[in-house]
Amino acid sequence: MAGKPMLHYFNGRGRMESTRWLLAAAGVEFEEKLIESPEDLKKLVNEGSLMFQQVPMVEIDGMKLVQTRAILNYIATKYNLYGKDIKERALIDMYVEGVADLGEMILLLPVAPPGEKDAKLALIKEKTTNRYFPAFEKVLKSHGQDYLVGNKLSRADIHLVELIYYVEELDPSLIANFPLLKALKARVSSLPTVKKFLQPGSQRKPPLDQKTLEQGRKIFK
Amino acid sequence: MTAKPKLYYFRGRGRMESIRWLLAAAGVEFEEEFLEKREQYEKLEKDGCLLFGQVPLVEMDGMMLTQTRAILSYLAAKYNLYGKDLKERVRIDMYVDGTLDLMLMIMLAPFKPPKEKEENFALIMKKAKTRYLPAFEKILKDHREDFLVGNKFSWADVQLLEAILMLEELNASVLSDFPLLKAFKTRISNIPTIKKFLQPGSQRKLHPDQHYVDVVRHILQF
Repeated sequence: MAGKPMLHYFNGRGRMESTRWLLAAAGVEFEEKLIESPEDLKKLVNEGSLMFQQVPMVEIDGMKLVQTRAILNYIATKYNLYGKDIKERALIDMYVEGVADLGEMILLLPVAPPGEKDAKLALIKEKTTNRYFPAFEKVLKSHGQDYLVGNKLSRADIHLVELIYYVEELDPSLIANFPLLKALKARVSSLPTVKKFLQPGSQRKPPLDQKTLEQGRKIFK
Repeated sequence: MTAKPKLYYFRGRGRMESIRWLLAAAGVEFEEEFLEKREQYEKLEKDGCLLFGQVPLVEMDGMMLTQTRAILSYLAAKYNLYGKDLKERVRIDMYVDGTLDLMLMIMLAPFKPPKEKEENFALIMKKAKTRYLPAFEKILKDHREDFLVGNKFSWADVQLLEAILMLEELNASVLSDFPLLKAFKTRISNIPTIKKFLQPGSQRKLHPDQHYVDVVRHILQF
């Protein structure tokens, strides 16, 4: 009997959060083993569980999967959130990669050198307003459908809505001129599985605080 | 009648080279439009071809595809280089993503400030020899098959060969401790489509030089 997926990561969003969102949205229960010290990480490396000595790592269906994209691709396919054919998948991939590019900038902001933080935040806001949000608003406008691809919920919608929440944490005004994105956010947020995940007490992780950042720094050097 | 895929990029490797490799490996002929002036790039943007204002752009099967991985995954699936089922596909994804992490370091190297170049080169070599090459040597050792996944030629093999050749350009002896990877390199290089792509006169691009760096900086304005 297959156990629940087991997520190995430290106690923060980082590169694992999009996997938590996707599993939650798909209604899949999962467990987490938190890495809390350098020794915890070393143990995983020494037992050969991390192909490139890196986390995220997800144990699922008898495999130890690493590399965020590989993990997300697997989960999306398994739970039918990846479109109906390769052309839909190509569109989903294109949108998801754009989300990941902006997401990466936001992810790395806390570890930017102090003198660079303001500039990096300004760049994030600029890219959000002039590149990413307009692109997705245009996609939604072009077909007038409820979801980004194929008139059906896919991982593209879930990853984008997750990103919108992070952008709003940085600056709630950035979404002001994007009515279709606001509507997508509301629509996806009200899906029963997502609604549950958004409530306190779920496995969703909070923004990075100083303590967690310090812990992460110790573990990952 | 389907037109050939058309690639829009600078006349150099960058993020498009892996796409050229995969098309070539699959035996698919393709055309290229090279961006040499800022005006060409601005026109693509104005025409709405670039979803996020970025290249690579591949025009194929009625789509304007951007985002390197989206393009590569599409090609791998279309040309049967993505394994036979989901479990093989996830292994290919894992291997390819690791390889691409290493290749990104190599790709960005020419754009580093001169004072960081030596340290960056050392880091690339260290990661290659202690993280990536050992991981792939182990995979080949564990199953003793000719190809990385499912005993069949896949995107993972193409991606790894490309990375190995780029590493050897930086350090000719990089494979000295990895006998199975050496044999792998020879074997994959001899696949007819790959062999053809490796010959002079193919659409394979050269190692980036200062001119390439200057053109990219000029067009992308950074």
